[in-house]
Parts: sequence; C-alpha cells; structure tokens
Amino acid sequence: MRRPRENGEAIRKMSRRGMILGGVQTAIVGVLAVRFRHLQVDRADNFRLLADENSIKIRLIPPARGLLQDRNGRVIAGNEQNFRVTITREDAGDVVDVMQRLSRLIPMTDEDMAKTLREIERRSPTLPIIVADRLSWEDFSRVAVNAPALPGVTTEVGLSRVYPQDGDFAHVLGYVGPVSDYDLSKMESPDPLLQIPKFQIGKVGVEAKLEDELRGKAGTRRIEVNAYGRVIRELDRKEGDPGATVQMTLDHRLQNYAQARLGDDSAAAVVMDVRNGDILAISSAPSFDPNMFVRGISGKEYRALMEHDHRPLADKTVQGAYPPGSTFKIVTALAALEAGVIRPDESVYCRGYTELGKRRFHCWKRSGHGHVGLTQSLEHSCDVFFYELAQRVGIERIAEMARQMGIGVAHDLPMSAVSEGLAPDKDWKVKKYGKDWLIGDTLNASIGQGFVLASPLQLAVMTARVASGRAVSPRLVRQVNGQDIPPAEAPPLGINENALRLVRRGMFDVMNSKKGTAYASRIVDDTMRMAGKTGTSQVRNITAAERARGVISNDDLPWNRRDHALFVCFAPFDAPRIAVSVVVEHGGGGSAVAAPIARDILLQALHEGTPPLTAYPESQRQRIENQQKELKLLPPETDDTGKIRA
Amino acid sequence: MSYLGYNVKTVPTGLRKILYVNWALVLLLTAVASVGFLMLYSVAGGNFEPWADAQMKRFAAGIIGMLAIGFVPIWIWRNLSILAYLIALALLIAVDAFGTVGMGAQRWIELGPLRLQPSELMKVAQVLFLAAYYDWLDPKKVSRPLWVLFPVLIILAPVFLVLIQPDLGTALMLLAGGGIVMFIAGVSWWYFATVIAMIVAVVFAVFETRGTEMQLLRDYQYKRIDTFLDPGSDPLGAGYNIMQAQIALGSGGWSGKGYMQGTQSRLNFLPEKHTDFIFTTLAEEFGFVGATSLLSLYALIVAFCIFSAQANRDRFSALLTYGVGSMFFLFFAFNMAMVTGLVPVVGVPLPLVSYGGTAMVILLMAFGLVQSAHIHRPR
Repeated sequence: MRRPRENGEAIRKMSRRGMILGGVQTAIVGVLAVRFRHLQVDRADNFRLLADENSIKIRLIPPARGLLQDRNGRVIAGNEQNFRVTITREDAGDVVDVMQRLSRLIPMTDEDMAKTLREIERRSPTLPIIVADRLSWEDFSRVAVNAPALPGVTTEVGLSRVYPQDGDFAHVLGYVGPVSDYDLSKMESPDPLLQIPKFQIGKVGVEAKLEDELRGKAGTRRIEVNAYGRVIRELDRKEGDPGATVQMTLDHRLQNYAQARLGDDSAAAVVMDVRNGDILAISSAPSFDPNMFVRGISGKEYRALMEHDHRPLADKTVQGAYPPGSTFKIVTALAALEAGVIRPDESVYCRGYTELGKRRFHCWKRSGHGHVGLTQSLEHSCDVFFYELAQRVGIERIAEMARQMGIGVAHDLPMSAVSEGLAPDKDWKVKKYGKDWLIGDTLNASIGQGFVLASPLQLAVMTARVASGRAVSPRLVRQVNGQDIPPAEAPPLGINENALRLVRRGMFDVMNSKKGTAYASRIVDDTMRMAGKTGTSQVRNITAAERARGVISNDDLPWNRRDHALFVCFAPFDAPRIAVSVVVEHGGGGSAVAAPIARDILLQALHEGTPPLTAYPESQRQRIENQQKELKLLPPETDDTGKIRA
Repeated sequence: MSYLGYNVKTVPTGLRKILYVNWALVLLLTAVASVGFLMLYSVAGGNFEPWADAQMKRFAAGIIGMLAIGFVPIWIWRNLSILAYLIALALLIAVDAFGTVGMGAQRWIELGPLRLQPSELMKVAQVLFLAAYYDWLDPKKVSRPLWVLFPVLIILAPVFLVLIQPDLGTALMLLAGGGIVMFIAGVSWWYFATVIAMIVAVVFAVFETRGTEMQLLRDYQYKRIDTFLDPGSDPLGAGYNIMQAQIALGSGGWSGKGYMQGTQSRLNFLPEKHTDFIFTTLAEEFGFVGATSLLSLYALIVAFCIFSAQANRDRFSALLTYGVGSMFFLFFAFNMAMVTGLVPVVGVPLPLVSYGGTAMVILLMAFGLVQSAHIHRPR
C-alpha cells in the first residue's frame, strides 16, 4: 500500500492548491471588509438617518379647543373626553383580520367596517384612521386590554366639542366638524394640525370666524416606536397652547328663553344692550342640535333639516333680509324731520289712499285715519302720512338715513353670511336693473316695502340707535383670554335731538296709547315702560283680481305666502337699556304675533330672569302665567349650598 | 485500513496529547463564541435568557466534545468516515420522510430528547468521507472521469436530500464544501470550469422555468432572489429583512452605538435577530471596528486551519483540515455577505455566534477532528 506522504508530487500539488484556496479566501475576506467600510463608514450618515426614521416618530398633540362662554362665564361651547380607537395600516399587517377581531370587541356594523376599510385603503399607510369614536368606557377598555392581539390599533382619549345647551346657540356659535379635503383645498399653507384625522375645525358661525383664536397651537411629542408601531417610550414632550377662552356678550338664560319663546315658529329675535351694543341674545328658530354635526350627522337627519320648510339651518337673525315693513317708518320719519320737510306739529290728511298719477297707494286702513301728525302716524302706522313724507324728502335722503341707522351696511360680527340688507337709492336701481327710479318706488320704500331689506340684527341696531341717539355697533365678543375687548366707539348720530324725541314719542304711543297698534303688548310697570313699532311686510304682490275680491285674511293663505310679522322695541323709555327686534316669517300681523314675543323677551332681559306678572296688564296675567309654565327652559342653577341663584 | 501507515511511535500518547492540542485555535474559537454570548445577551435586552445562557452551556459541552474527539487518533476517524457518512445520509432520508416541520422547512428529527438537524451532521460527514476517499485513491487517478464521478455522487446525494427539505443555504454549503475538498485533492481545473458553466446554465434554467409547471424552485425562493436583486421593490415585504439589516449595519458607523445601545435590533426592526441576522446587531453596536475585528478572528481561525494542513504530511489529515476550515469559512463569509446585501438571503447562520444548538456542537466536533489531525500528525 502506497503511503500518501511518500508521494512528494501529490503533497506539493495539495500544498499549492491549499495556497490558492487561502488566496481566494483572503480575497473574499477583503471584499467583505470593503463592503463593511462602504456601509458603515461611507454611507453611515445615510443609514443613521434611516435608523432614526425607523424608530423615532414625531406626533402632534392636538390642543384643547378654546372655550366659548356666555357673559357670565358659563361655558356654552366646551370640550368633553372622547374615547376612540384608531388603526394604522402600516403597523396592522393584515388589516381585515385585525378589523374583524376588533369588531368582536366593540359595536360595529358591516357597513361601518366596509367604510373604515375603504378609508384605510385611501389614506397613507402611516396615518392612524379612526375606527370608532365616542366609545363607552367599557368598550374602550375592552380594546385597550386586548391591544397585544390587535397590532396597529391604538386607543386614545381625545377631546371633542360639546354644546351643553344643544340648539340654543346653534346659529350664532355654529359648530365644528372634521376637517375635509375641501376645507384643506381652500387654505394656502394648512396648519399641520389639520392633518390629524378628523381634527375638528369650526365650520360656521363664531366657531368658524374665530377659528384662529379657538384652535390653539399644537404640541409635539417625540416617541420611540418599535417595528410594530408600538410606542416604546416618549423621548420628549412639548405641550401646545390651548385655544383662547372667548367670552361672548350673550346671556345663556336669555338666549335659552328667546329660543324657547320663538319655539317652532320660523322666526328670529335679537336682543341688544342699547348702551354699548352688546348682543345679549340672538336667536333663530327653529333651531337644530349642533352636537349632531360634531358627532357626524346621518344622511337622514341632514335631509330632514334641509327639507324642513322652516329652514332650521339658516340663521335668520343675520342672514335673513326681510322687507322691514312699517318698522322702517322710523327711518322715513327721521329722514323727513332731519331734512326739515315736515314740522313737528304738521298734520296730513289720510283718506285711505294716495293717488300718484293713475296709481293708488293704499293705507292699510281702507277707511283712512283722517288728520294725523307725526307721532300719531307712528302710533297708528298710517301709510298715507309716510307717502306724503316720501314725496317731500326723496329716496336719497331716506337711504342715507337708513344707512345711518344701520340698515344697508354690514355690521362686523363673527357670524356666517352676515347680510348687508338693502337701503335702495337711484344709482342702485340703475345699476341693478338698468331702470330709472320711480316715485312709486320711493313710496313703497317709505313704508319698508319694495326694495328695502333689513335683517333682524339691523332692526335691533336701528332701534338701539333711535333709543340712544348714538351710533352703537353690535358686538358679540366681550373678552378673549380674560382680556377685555372694548366696545366700539358710539358717536352721537348727529340727528337733531328733537327729531329723535318725536320719533321715540311716537313709538311710546304705539305701546301705551289706547289706539296704538301694539297697545295689547304694553308693559304696565312704570319703571319699565316700553316703546316700539310694529311692522307687517307683504311677501307677495296683491293681484288686481285679489284686490277686486277685497282683502283676504292671512289665515286663508298658505303659510309661505302669509305676511311677515315684525316688531322692534326698546325699554325703559326714560333710560333705554334694552332693544329687541323680532321677525316671525309668515306670521301675519306684527302687532298680533311679533309684539307679544318681543315684550316677553324684553321683560326677561330687563329683569335678567323671569319678570313678575305685575309687569303685564292685569287682564293678561293669567294667560302669561300659563305660558311661562309651558315653556321648556333650562332648570334653574343651584350653587354649592343648593340654593337657587338669582 | 489500519494505523500501520502512520508512524505511531512519534505520536503523543495519553495525557501528553494535551500539550499537542492546537491551543491557539481553541482560544480563537472561544473568543468568537464569546462575541456570540455578548450579542445574544444584548439582543435579549440584557438578559441571559433565553439565548446566551443556553448557548454558553452548549459551547462548554462542545469544547469538551472537541477535545474528546481530538484525543482519538486520526486514523480511527478515517476508518469510521464511511460509517459517519452513511449514518448522516440515513438520517437525512429519515428527516425527509418523517421529520418535524419548523419555519416552513423540514429539517429536524427527534431522537428521544435530542433534536437533531442531520444536515448539520452531513457537512462534517461529507468532508470526512471525501478526505478518506482521496487518501485511499491514487493521486494519479483523481482526475479520471470514473474516479471523479464517485465523489460527485457522494456530494450530490445529500445536496439533493437537503434541497427538498427545502434548505437552500445548507445545500449550497454542502456543494461548495465538497467541491473545495475535491479541488484541494487535485482534481483537474477542467472539471471545475465545466461545473461553473453548468451552474450558469442551471441559473438560466431556473429563471426560464419560473411560473411554469416545471418551475425548479419554490415560490419563496424566487421571491428571495427577486428581493436580493432589488430590495427596495418591496421594502415592507420580503425586502424588509435586507433593508433593515443594512440600516442596522450602516447606522453603526465607525465605532458603533455602544454595547446594548443598538436601536434597530432592540426595537425588533431586525428579523431573526438572534440567529441569521445577529451580525447586524454586532455591527450596529460595535461599528466598523467591531465588524472587522470579528471578521479578522474568523479569518485567523481559517488561517490556522490552513497552516495546520500545510504542515501535515498525512493526506487524509490535511484534506480533512482544509475541508473543515473551508466549511467554516463558507459559513461566516456567506452569512456576512448575506446580511450586507452581497448575496441573496438563504438562511446561513453565523458560525459560533448565531443561536443554534446543533450547529454549534457539530461545528466544535468538526474542530475536534481538526485537533485530532493536528495532534496525531506525522512528525
């Protein structure tokens, strides 16, 4: 047997091959070292960055939305804790499987599930999507306990807007809702906060107009997450700034009362402090529950609101522009007195109509008022007297006076779609219709018909200006973060004091003279005598055929063709504090429908609570008492001792 | 065959053998294994459980096994080589027939309390048998076709059995390891050139048959190749391992983030952080310095094997030492190339460092054979 070691050639060959092998292996080791160098030295910074991106995420902390308070500090738009569950596609892996497991823990319909899955597909895989919102504590904790079996699912406690008085402030405050793609498209450089899914922003009203103040500033937290997206620890946290607390001029009790008093009528009421322009209440009826919008309104609920013929979503107080009817006679009278075209003691004969060329302009009282002076003309609301004034003073001066009184100009309030109303003049008609102004237009305008339009807010402003003789401007915001917002300057109107006094006297007689159009709605408390003016504005043209048949009672017409009922008033007469305007759409006559509502609200405002029955005429007390009992109002507040607060 | 071919008188006997053990090699192996303990401790978040502790015990057992094997004269191992090969082959067949399925592959066999991975055993048995074969064969005949065919079959039989488990990594190791022994034994270059040409042809065929009924590899194997070629194509899916491994490695930088400070493995971004991908944790925590140090340790072990083989005039001993050293080299080189994105991910552990019972013990036993060859070398 040959011994391998005896074979020198074989040994040498093996040794040679071994050297080659060693050489190749050395080369491979060299390649590996070069590779390490490439990854760990040349490209280290790049990978370090990727490693940080892997594990360190920056999350925004949504700030608490600023509170809205009434004038006494009561919260009328606040925040409540909201338990919710989110899912992040990136971390969930099999989303459908995780969702199915989740659906066994919390109430979820197949429809919800399909909707969420679609949403998950549509959004970025790194973005948490809200699966369920407003969970009960039980459901919420069930998910939290099962978290290890639900990758990508996070439970969180967020804040959600809540309106404690439901519908009372729905129109003025508006509501918040999740930011939409449309909202984002309107903004140039959206706040990164808005990227947070379902982040709530103001959609309408004060919530939308004061969005910048209320939103606050986002905080940030840097967190370390593992490969499954679970938060390992928080590296640091910078709290954001909560939104500003905004105190409104509104009074929550008065607002509640006004809303309840208007009830289901299609109506609006504005209560203003004559002295500084503070809006104490501003109600549009019927109302709706803004909390529905925060929660996410269903298609059915939304359709019901949209199709309601009383238009609950519209804010009639500022958006609604109505022909002011006879309430506008205040403006016409002031314009005429200021222009000096009528003497205070001058009277006009009313025979029931005025003839102008071939047209007859009727007074509402067909039989005529006979001789009427300025105060009586207001007291009886005689149209013919104002037709005469209109011809003497002309539309330009009426329009100018209207604007001076706040009609036809925009008032700067943080509310949506604030209407300018309309104080028409010759230029306006030429521009708008390409037709010349006719004298008949002036006559119509003088009694608040035709082209003239005013919102309930503007009517309240007008009344406050008449009452105070100053150009008071309405304001809604009293304080921002404890910082007082001073009321706007209210310079004197520059109208002759005698003229103002005469008009106020006329308004006083409307209420307190036995023949006054609103005598039935008077206040008998001598310290709180009120002055007012009724208005009834036509929403239709009376056809010749109808006229031939005689006057048709409003009750015989379909609701939406009946007259609007209007009323403006202020009190106390001697030292005016409160001005109120009420419009009841298609309510019929101002004296019968609008005036009683206005008085009730006015008394409530004057007394800062339920007025004593003694303020009402004796014959009405029983009825008023019943009416007060029937109204569904907020329960009286109690303080810590259980005593009812004044 | 007998021990008569050896100059038995010059061989140390009894406890004197302790003096002739290649202690430098033992030291190097211990050093590398210690790196493994450190890393297993780290990836467990600073715990000996569940990995480091078990690994240390196995290492201790493996070292004792190594010395025990080393003290047995080399000619006995030579005589047992055919038996070792046949047992390993039988176990491979058994595991294919009724082995336990783990991680999508059938690799394990339960022998009472022992969980054995026969493919690990085969790596050593194959080298042993090939070395014995070439020791027996007249060196002048090694390149004759018939005498080449036989070792090729010896290599391909286990390769085939491992491939159907399926375990592509081990199959490649067996193929390359066997090829290296044949190369050292002096088989003509032409055969290797032919085989390389054939491999190119096979690779071509593998890609051509993809998606057809004739498809040669499993879908997941194709996918691994795809993601190797372009890891960015599916960063959250199959390319995830490669991307994350490179991020961990690269972010270590020059000197690393510090022991136990690696974020990528600790936060579970890394897959199989305690087995195939453990090197990335080391590279992340100890940086380029640490990575090249470990590479150097490995290279030194292989170098010691080569020196030992060069100095050994016994053909069987030399072939065996080359074979074991090369097998060891293939493991660490392939693993490092894999985690650095140079070759596809095929599941090759980092020898002595990756957590794994069978691999560790069998590797140390293989080094026991190297020690035996070293102690009993002709002088």
